[in-house]
Order: sequence, then structure tokens, then C-alpha cells
Amino acid sequence: MSFELNGKVYETDDDGYLVNLDDWNEEVAGYIAQQEGVDMTEAHWEVVNFLRDYYQEYKIAPMIKILIKEMKKMFGPEKGSNAYLYQLYPAGPALQACKIAGLPKPTGCV
Amino acid sequence: MSDELKTPLLDELEKGAWPSFVTDLKSMAGKSNMVKDLLRQLEKSYRDKRGYWKHGGLVGVMGYGGGVIGRYSALPDEFPGVSHFHTLRINQTSGWFYTSKALNELMDIWDEHGSGLLNMHGSTGDLVFLGTVSDELEPTFRAVTEKGWDLGGSGSDLRTPSCCVGPARCENACFDTMALTYNITHKYQDELHRPMFNYKYKIKMSGCPNDCTAAIARSDMGVIGIWKDDIRVNQAEFANYVDSGFNVQEFVVEKCPTKCISVEGKEIKIDNSNCVKCMHCINTMPKALAVGKDRGVAITLGAKAPIVEGALFGSVMVPFMKMEPPFEEFHDLLGRIWEFWDEYGKNRERIGEFIVRIGLATFIEGIGLDPIPQMVKQPRDNPYIFFEEYYKEEEEK
Repeated sequence: MSFELNGKVYETDDDGYLVNLDDWNEEVAGYIAQQEGVDMTEAHWEVVNFLRDYYQEYKIAPMIKILIKEMKKMFGPEKGSNAYLYQLYPAGPALQACKIAGLPKPTGCV
Repeated sequence: MSDELKTPLLDELEKGAWPSFVTDLKSMAGKSNMVKDLLRQLEKSYRDKRGYWKHGGLVGVMGYGGGVIGRYSALPDEFPGVSHFHTLRINQTSGWFYTSKALNELMDIWDEHGSGLLNMHGSTGDLVFLGTVSDELEPTFRAVTEKGWDLGGSGSDLRTPSCCVGPARCENACFDTMALTYNITHKYQDELHRPMFNYKYKIKMSGCPNDCTAAIARSDMGVIGIWKDDIRVNQAEFANYVDSGFNVQEFVVEKCPTKCISVEGKEIKIDNSNCVKCMHCINTMPKALAVGKDRGVAITLGAKAPIVEGALFGSVMVPFMKMEPPFEEFHDLLGRIWEFWDEYGKNRERIGEFIVRIGLATFIEGIGLDPIPQMVKQPRDNPYIFFEEYYKEEEEK
């Protein structure tokens, strides 16, 4: 599967996750978010940017508990909760936020 | 039966004395293509000796991370009816009490939105809706929540808490299993619907050591009713058992695992200090014997089925805790357990495996419990153990 944005074709897997990590930019993220029905705000970008930073450092998407803990450290207890993340990304932070951040599809029962 | 549905191998399962799911499925195959293709795919699986379900998938409903289990056929062209066959877990009622009106509503919803197949109940305890397509997930969710139901847990979250009928129908209940189940279901909605643990966490409530929910074998945390004082004895009723010709010696005294029962004439004596609460005598002579009056629960941790690591039974972590609303002591303990497991547990490591890996001593220190004799599973076989306090005494001399 693939989608086209501003004349460039982006390859994705069956569930719409980018195949090439390097294809990602904010425009692409905006497009995927739109497809997901997510209206990107400052708060949404905080999560996406964290996911990308984490992935670049560790080459793996963080476990939810780590995402929550790190969010708590960086942005305070209000934003360090699962309920908060689901408010931003109703289909789940692991699935939806990772997709918008251009990370590979998380595996396992998340 | 139409020509296209020939299932010689599945038909074998209809033979014999027991009810068969094949018969159930066949009775619905006429009105549902999903069920028809389900039977056809299963027949092919039996013939080829391999399963034709693909593993998992990314499905769910908005706002929840659990409750829906994605299921796809590996042969969607051959069996279009089961190309999607997702499962929804519906949070069951406490003690599995339903009104027929509620059941009818649920079945109407499922006939409209899914295959119509139910599993009551799954091992976790949930009422399980078997088989629907991705596009029907949100409408099903909407329809069940409108009637006051909710989805259960799945994935790495708090699984739907489950309990026995407890005091609603059973004189052995040592605490209100349904009240605790209701309480924790509501208190831990976030943990139940939005997976964030290392792995699944199951809590089961059994009102007495008969353990009708099999909490000690099938839940990460078993909450099992127990009493601290003596078994209550009605000597007159006991005399009636003797008079009726019931062989007390053979069926009760000799069956007692700790041999703490003796009979003198028509009087029963129980050495309660040696009773291990196996329930056998109480179950055998319910009119003469009853659970004590100083009641609470014992809490076990760590049971699991043999996935990832081997199977484990639960072991006692708290031998006695009073269990009355608002259950704050229990919430507090659960919070400490989750926090410690969350901090130091590995991904996909159940609490039982975690305890085995780090050792019980480290674990109870981590959750703030003192070591007590009831936690000892077996006597130690290694005499070379270093006791810090003795060492210090030696040093001071």
C-alpha cells in the first residue's frame, strides 16, 4: 500500500504504517493524523516527538508504561496517565501515535 | 443440510454422550454465512491438521485499548464469511446473575451485529461475543453500552475481575465477593480498558477455600475467603449424621489432611490450630459444621497457565485480611504490587514469574510486607544460609 502527498509517493504496510522511517516529516505526520481523524495540537506533537526521540535512541518503540513514566517526568503528572494519552489518541497511544510518528507497527497484544 | 456443507470429521465430535459445539454451530449455519464458513474452515483445519487463523491484528474501539481480540482467516477467499472474525469480551455480571431480559437484549444485539455465537463464559470470566467484522465493532460497542454493559479486559491490562456467587447463594462465603468485584471493576476502569502493564493481571474472588473460581490456579491474584477462629459445630446435627449411619470415620476423620478431627461417642472434636481450611468436613456435613465467624480473605499471588514460562500455582502472600467496604487496605496492597511489578518487571512477565525471578524475599520487601511463616512453601533443604542478624551478634562480641 502507499499514499501520495505533494507529488511524492509514500510506501506503507497494510495497516497504513510507513515502511521507510526516513520518509517521515511533519507534513506526512499531519496527513496520517488527518486520515486517523486526529486533530494535531501542541499536546499531540509532544507525544509524537517523544516517540520519535525514543525510537532514534533505542531503535524500538517504548512500552506504554515507559511512555507514561517519561511523559510524567517531562510534562507533569497530569500528562503522565493512560487516560490522558487515550484522550489524545482514542485508538490507543501505541497504535495511533506510533503510526503518526512514522514508527513501525507495535507488535504483541497492545 | 446443503451439499456444500459436508463435515465428516466434525461430525465425529457429535457422537458420544456430551453436548457438542458442532451441533450448536450446525443449528445456526442455516441462517448465518459466518457460522457456515466457520464450520467449513474448521473442517479443513481438521483435515489438514493445521489452524487457519492468522495471529491477532490491530482492532479495537475508540477510547479503549482492550476488550476486542482481532481474528482473521488465513484463507479469506475460500472462507469469506470468516475473513474477519473478531471476538468481543463483554464484562460479565458479578456472580454471573443475569435476567432473561438482559440476555435477550444481548443476543438481539449480537444477532444484528455479529455471528450470533456466544461463549458463556470464557476462562477470564467474560461473556464472549464470537465473530464479527471490523466495521461492526463500534456499532456493537455502542449498542451494548446503551444497555448498560461494558467491554472486558484483554492484552496487558487488568483482566475483567471475576467472582463466585458468594453470599448471594452460598452459606460458606466468608466475604462479599460480588461487592469487591463491583468495587474494583469501577475503581480500576483505566487499568481495565487501557493496557499499560507488563502483561495480563487477573484477579479472582472466591468466597471460601472451595475456591469455585479456581483463583489459586487461574488468577495472578486470588482473593479467597477464609476464617481465623474455629469451625462452628452443631453437636446435635452431628449426632444425627452418626445416627443416620453415615460413616464419619471413613468419610470425614480419615480424609482430614492434617488429621485434626476426632470423634468421641457422638461428639466431634476439631483441633482448629491444625486445621488447614480444606473445607472437606464442612462440605461433607454442612448441617453439623460451618465456617467460623471471624472472617476475611487470604490473598495468593502468581498463578498462571504455561505460556512463556511454565505453569504456576498461586502462593499465599497475605494469610488474613479483613475484607469490608470501602476495601482500602486491599486497594493499598494492590497499588504497591502493581507499582513494584511495573517498575522492575520485564515485558510479558507475569507477576508469578517476576516473583520467581527476583525471589520472594526481594519481592515482599519491595511491596512492603513482612516475611511470615505462612509464606513458606516448603522447608529449606540448604543448611548453608547466611543469617545477617546472627552475624552481627558475632561481630559485636
